[in-house]
Amino acid sequence: MRVLQIIEPAYRATLEEQDDTVLWFTRAIRAAGAPADVLLCGTAVNYSVRGQDAEGLRVGRWTQRHPPAIEHEISKLIEGGARVAALAEDLAERGIHTESMLPGIEVLSRKSLGGLCAQYDRVWKW
Amino acid sequence: MSLTFLLMDAPYEQARTSTAFRLIDAALRRKVAVRVFAYEGAVSLAMTGQKPHANAVHGRTLEEEAHPTPHAWVAALGELAKDNGVAFDWVNCGLCVDERGANEVVPCSRRGSPADFWKMNLESANTLVIPTR
Amino acid sequence: MSKYLLIESRDPFEAKCFSQRCELALTLLAESTGVTVFLVENAVLGARAGAKAPGLEKLARAGVSVMADEFALRERGINDLAPHVQAAPLDSLVGALAGGAKTLWN
Repeated sequence: MRVLQIIEPAYRATLEEQDDTVLWFTRAIRAAGAPADVLLCGTAVNYSVRGQDAEGLRVGRWTQRHPPAIEHEISKLIEGGARVAALAEDLAERGIHTESMLPGIEVLSRKSLGGLCAQYDRVWKW
Repeated sequence: MSLTFLLMDAPYEQARTSTAFRLIDAALRRKVAVRVFAYEGAVSLAMTGQKPHANAVHGRTLEEEAHPTPHAWVAALGELAKDNGVAFDWVNCGLCVDERGANEVVPCSRRGSPADFWKMNLESANTLVIPTR
Repeated sequence: MSKYLLIESRDPFEAKCFSQRCELALTLLAESTGVTVFLVENAVLGARAGAKAPGLEKLARAGVSVMADEFALRERGINDLAPHVQAAPLDSLVGALAGGAKTLWN
């Protein structure tokens, strides 16, 4: 049963969770055997960018030891065999060029979404 | 025949909670078995520590206000499932429970993990993910 | 080919990407045996007769079934529906889900 995770919101509670909870969930269900792929759209296309750095959060004497490492999460998904794609139109709108993106991310046009969704048994929008 | 639902939202902050409960209620009334995976804020839905309150703005006592508490809704769904002879399984994501201190929950719910969600999905006719914003 | 069920919960006038989601519905229509857009919560604000939500009308003309939760309509005092929208009880979604429609919630 193939699953497509469509991820739109981004940087939502990522600091206090030390993760993007949907990318984390995707890795967790993949570890349980789910052949889940990822499509980044809307704000989440920014997850495809190299150079994201969330270090330095502190609250009083508390300092964060493990800030979210979104690039690492995306790379781990790709290394693990997941297909990770990002919507071309949303990237363009945000001025994100391929040179600034992590390697291994497919860029797909919104027009191809119909065909893409047809390849999956479940399509979950987050 | 069963359906799986994944919920993410904590109660009292948006309309998705009540829509989700209405939909799950409708499924159970149609004698469709339901599995719920409560992820992130949704683990707060089953917390027994929730207490109703009076409403001074409306001049209503505690009893008169009859303020909803989601854990009562979860329990009510459990009862509805029993009345209709169908299964009802409410699983709270364990790590989400830990980070929120949502350990005291209604008896018809249990602790689990994303692996449980995947299993629930495989055993269901369909799965609806209701994401947070 | 599958059926698709797109559950829209957000006010179409607040979220600029509503038109993109209407485009998605049209794209899915070409690859499916049918698409239903079901409006719940504040998305029903687009269902009022006279509301400027041309995306919904375009969907209906293309053959997408556009429905709105009766309860949400009543909750918002929407009695006069746009002709291209049909009021429906929320529990009609149970049948669609049970029938295996690929379901996306916005």
